[in-house]
Amino acid sequence: MKSRWLRAARPYGIAAAFLVAAMLVSALVGAADLNPLAIVTALLDRLPFIRLPSSMSPLDRAVLFEIRLPRIVLCALVGGLLSIAGAGYQGVFRNPLVDSGMLGASAGAGLGATLAIVYLGGAGPSAVPVAAFAGSVGGVAVAYLTGAAGGRGTATLLLAGVAVGMFLTALQTYVLQRSAQDLQAVYSWLLGSLSGATWQQCAEILPYSAVSIAVVLLHGRHLDVLGVGDEEARALGMHPGRVRLIVVAACALAAASAVAVSGLIGFVGIIVPHVVRRLAGTSYRVVLPLSMLGGAGFLVLADTLARTVLSPAELPIGVVTALIGSPVFIWILHTTRAVRA
Amino acid sequence: MNAIAVHDLQVDLDHTPILREVSCAVPSGGWLALLGPNGSGKTTMLRAIAGLIPYRGTVTLDGLAAEAGSLRPRERARLIAYLPQTPTLPPDMKVTDYVLLGRTPHLSYLAGPGRADRDAAARAARLLDVTRFSQRRLVTLSGGERQRVVLARALAQEPRILLLDEPTSALDIGHQQSVLDLVDHLRRSTGVTVVTTLHDLTTAGQYAHELVLLNQGRVEASGAATAVLTEDRIARVYAARVTVSTDDAGNMVVNPVRPDPR
Repeated sequence: MKSRWLRAARPYGIAAAFLVAAMLVSALVGAADLNPLAIVTALLDRLPFIRLPSSMSPLDRAVLFEIRLPRIVLCALVGGLLSIAGAGYQGVFRNPLVDSGMLGASAGAGLGATLAIVYLGGAGPSAVPVAAFAGSVGGVAVAYLTGAAGGRGTATLLLAGVAVGMFLTALQTYVLQRSAQDLQAVYSWLLGSLSGATWQQCAEILPYSAVSIAVVLLHGRHLDVLGVGDEEARALGMHPGRVRLIVVAACALAAASAVAVSGLIGFVGIIVPHVVRRLAGTSYRVVLPLSMLGGAGFLVLADTLARTVLSPAELPIGVVTALIGSPVFIWILHTTRAVRA
Repeated sequence: MNAIAVHDLQVDLDHTPILREVSCAVPSGGWLALLGPNGSGKTTMLRAIAGLIPYRGTVTLDGLAAEAGSLRPRERARLIAYLPQTPTLPPDMKVTDYVLLGRTPHLSYLAGPGRADRDAAARAARLLDVTRFSQRRLVTLSGGERQRVVLARALAQEPRILLLDEPTSALDIGHQQSVLDLVDHLRRSTGVTVVTTLHDLTTAGQYAHELVLLNQGRVEASGAATAVLTEDRIARVYAARVTVSTDDAGNMVVNPVRPDPR
């Protein structure tokens, strides 16, 4: 009995250790040349019941606690949100190729952010996260309503998402073409970035993250049942449409929270759940929590690369995840069976 | 007592009448076979009894005073297990996890399967002899193994009624017999009531107590095999050429006949 419990707990232990290790590595490297030993000492000093003398200068402390750490924590949050949203969508649509940005979420966020940057001028920067959040949730809502009106199948819903996404992207391009001077700002937002992350941003998305993650995690078993198809799920007493609506809403909230503070970061929501499936099996009761932990660690590492490879300049994190993600994605396509939608 | 009593069942799908004035009853622990040509409404009738499509008329289940349509889906799923002709098997799911899905109607919304659920699933797996490959992925199973695993999931549901749509259609003659023997064994040992659609008329007569022959959505004939399976009727309903004989055990045997091509 005990060994069975241990066996079940092991993947979570490994995933959590991966996340902690990624965060530690990320804290140790960066543009400012901080002493690794001093960093570890300063971090340990923050733990309860541990008091260590610090050799850090106030400036170094500020770099660590006000620049690096909030960025690492925000990164972990965003990575976890994108991955769990991707995994949740994949369960809802019984399709492993669905990403957190589908269903008009990314396109809606892009349109929202573009509108804020172009039309709100000076107030733009502070309005961008709100506009991106609203655009992302709005895009999914429109896609869901049009898809559900056209029929009840998941394929209809996905196609509606593609159509809504293209429409919103076209609107965004139109707005952007009329104000070329904002091209640079919009473009850099679209590529995704976590530079300038603050503790306040972490605090702002924390409530949305907590709610959406909790709701998605509670539906792992339901997503497993959906795997036998709507008719058999109904014969087992489930309401597939209701489960789908709840999980889509929670995933949309998760993805929108992430997008609001990070811009568009692709591929995380696809590749992380895939790697998890290969390592730990396909049950969503396992895939969802492990994707969250693994995605958090993955994005922390990707962001570490983004800010160190060209240091002191930065690569957009979207470029890093796509550079790693695209080859991995192609590898997955080549090594897995034909997709059953 | 009747496990299922169907009265004046009418079903339309996409504004097309599929079933009309269908009435029948199955005693508790009995076996009813639904027969009929392709498109006669057999599958539709199973889906209506399972509560998966809207219908008019009444379906009364297992002595419940209530009409089945008033049951919540979860309550209905605790009484009825329904297996379609081609169940969807998630390719990478393990056999043990798949069988456990049968416990779904017994779990409250946010609860996971507990000890009692795992035990029930394990019992069902043992009864169908699938424990040996409980850790295998569904995609690796043969046709016969699949059918046993799917039946194990249905049994884990601990239903009073088992609705099976063409349970033997993908199997060779030996596996057909072993699956039907298995269903009959389950029926005898657990008292579950069985309703199957079957294409093979001879087999239907051997296993089911009562046959209902559907033709264009209406009951053409019902009753024991000797009464239902006559040469005239089969010729008319199926547009088939057959002879019907009786074997030594008293079972009806339906033989296809090919006219002399010369």
